[in-house]
Amino acid sequence: MTLVREFISHYNYLITIFLMIAGLYIVIASGNMIKKLVGLSLFQTSVYLLYIAPGKIVGGTAPIIDPAFKVYSNPLPHVLILTAIVVGVATLALGLALVVRIHEAYGTIEEDEIFAKDGEI
Amino acid sequence: MRHDLILRIGVKLILPFILLFALYVHFHGEFGPGGGFQAGVITAGMVIVYAIIFGADAARRVVPQGLVEQLIPLGVLIFASAGVPAMFKGRTFLDYGVLADDPASGHALGILIVETGVLITVSSTMTAIFYAFAERGRA
Amino acid sequence: MKAIEPHLPVLPVLIPLFGALISAFFRRGTMAWGMALVATWGAAAASWLLLAKVLATGQPISYLMGGWAVPWGIEYRVDVLNAFVLMLVTLVGAILMPYARKSVAHEIDQHVQAWFYSMYLLSLTGLLGITVTGDAFNVFVFLEISSLSTYVLIAMGRHRRAVLAAYQYLIVGTIGATFYVIGIGLLYLVTGSLNIADIASRLGSAPPEFSRPILAALAFLTVGVCLKLALFPLHVWLPNAYAYAPSVATVFLAGTATKVAVYLLLRLFFSVFGVAISFKTLPVAQLLLVLSVAAMLIASLSAVFEENAERMLAYSSVAQIGYITLGIALANQSGLTGSIVHLLNHAVMKAALFMALGAVVYRLGAARISDMAGLGRRMPLTMAAFVLTGLGIIGVPGTAGFISKWYLALGALEKGYWPLVFLIVVSSLLAVIYIGRVVEAAYFREPTESNAKTKEPPLSMLVPILALAALTIYLGIDTRVSAEIAASAAKMLLGGLK
Repeated sequence: MTLVREFISHYNYLITIFLMIAGLYIVIASGNMIKKLVGLSLFQTSVYLLYIAPGKIVGGTAPIIDPAFKVYSNPLPHVLILTAIVVGVATLALGLALVVRIHEAYGTIEEDEIFAKDGEI
Repeated sequence: MRHDLILRIGVKLILPFILLFALYVHFHGEFGPGGGFQAGVITAGMVIVYAIIFGADAARRVVPQGLVEQLIPLGVLIFASAGVPAMFKGRTFLDYGVLADDPASGHALGILIVETGVLITVSSTMTAIFYAFAERGRA
Repeated sequence: MKAIEPHLPVLPVLIPLFGALISAFFRRGTMAWGMALVATWGAAAASWLLLAKVLATGQPISYLMGGWAVPWGIEYRVDVLNAFVLMLVTLVGAILMPYARKSVAHEIDQHVQAWFYSMYLLSLTGLLGITVTGDAFNVFVFLEISSLSTYVLIAMGRHRRAVLAAYQYLIVGTIGATFYVIGIGLLYLVTGSLNIADIASRLGSAPPEFSRPILAALAFLTVGVCLKLALFPLHVWLPNAYAYAPSVATVFLAGTATKVAVYLLLRLFFSVFGVAISFKTLPVAQLLLVLSVAAMLIASLSAVFEENAERMLAYSSVAQIGYITLGIALANQSGLTGSIVHLLNHAVMKAALFMALGAVVYRLGAARISDMAGLGRRMPLTMAAFVLTGLGIIGVPGTAGFISKWYLALGALEKGYWPLVFLIVVSSLLAVIYIGRVVEAAYFREPTESNAKTKEPPLSMLVPILALAALTIYLGIDTRVSAEIAASAAKMLLGGLK
């Protein structure tokens, strides 16, 4: 019973793993290029959770200096994840721009239809 | 949409407040949620809402495409240049403490400069992306 | 000089970064090319000075960004391995610039040429940043900077498949970078630090109940970095990216991107985790060994059957990366020396080969092997350089490739893996076949009508090709710069981070 309770109490890691696997599965199994990008975004979101959830200090407040508070959450994961979010946004923007170009060149964004046109890549 | 009177007047009224809010978010980044990136996106949103109501050509008359494309590297240049004065004073790159008389206000000034660079780059990049893809595919 | 010297570690990153920003302001391609020339040669000068300084003092150079001390701030830390990789990346980047002027003007649209050079310099910044930094998360930032600009470079190719190749590389590359971030996150959760030297010292004293996240971190980091260095079977993005990118982008990628990923793997395996965790806990060495041999044989075999010369050389790159990871899997002094020296040798040889093919594309418009019939007579110097560096890929004594294979074979023999030496020879014979197909087409067939009138590429393209071909021979004979530095780097790695 305590094993199950230990397992459930780490629910933030369980959510992280679920999002990670779901994102990766969408990337691998989807034939539609935009769906692949969505899966990639989901995969990257799970990583943000992996960093931020353990960064919360029990009893800590937001990491902005204020004389009324003594315990703050760790600000370093927040900074790292801000960077990672910006990188993720840039990647998504670039990926979507490429998809627009692919659509203009091939007329479709389904992978099997594109391979039928030009051969496997 | 340019024929709808309410939308046209409403957008013209609200645009300056969007810019004001963007600048507020930018300057209050150290006291609350905010900073250069968020402010840049709000500024770009201002141009985009104008383009949605009045058309991309009208927006391009107000904010020219060439200007937007030149602003993108300018913002990053401002950011990178904020770190260079420290190298001339014998400290390492990105040491903001030398920008003012005492280290604390030097750091505050340095962060403000880099956030301004981020604001310029993010807003112009978002606007450039919008210009590149708006009304694409219309013959 | 005295003023620049303390800032040397950050200059290889700053000079191309400012170059990229300034060349994005230009409208004309030639002005941007001029800026790129200045930036790449400046970065190369800074890297050579850095290498000389590290070799002279024998101590790693540390540079604290923003004046913040370790472990709160980001530290740039240059030792022998770093400086060596910096030198080879900037060498390829700089020698490519005179070549790039005509090639880019020929292949890229007029109004985006300045952006091409800007992306090229950004990619160079990212790669140099990965090499020089000593902070694990900073590596991720630079990794993504270089990767994103590389996707743009590839998408600028002429064929409509270039965009598809860029998209495929984007998906695979982002998964690799995210795996890297997961690994670093797990290490951060265990050790509480992001600085590479600090993580290494804290991992050494980690209590055993932390072994599972450490091993998970090792697994994630290995897979993530191997996606970037195109280890078989994670190499699927590489042939498409190299074949459809513009010639200059292909030369740059072939010479630098995978080498920096190998450097990252070396840094993670030997400096962060140390030989004990990397090779004794999980069967990493055996896995790398099997995959390297598979890469050497299967990729060489795929190269034999390719019709497009650029795809053939791309598969050859996958095979050569198999050699490099073989040396890492052996994890002894000779094997690691072979790996590290092959970083330089392969960069020089592949850059020369792809530059020669780019010259063919410049004159003929395509690089199919059947199109290259009779080029030995029409473009004698270019094809001579191709043959010379092809001999280097094969590993003929007197060329640079032989030096790397010699050390690898020595490392395999020291471990008692006799069959490995045989397999190295077999893959070299396969290299004879695929290089030989091009040689046969160029020298033993009559020129077709389309290339009856071609001549040598312009001088600005020919001289870098010949220079790199000559360097291949020089590195095969005088190994003071390459093998001795590689040997001292290998010794430092095996000793763990001080």
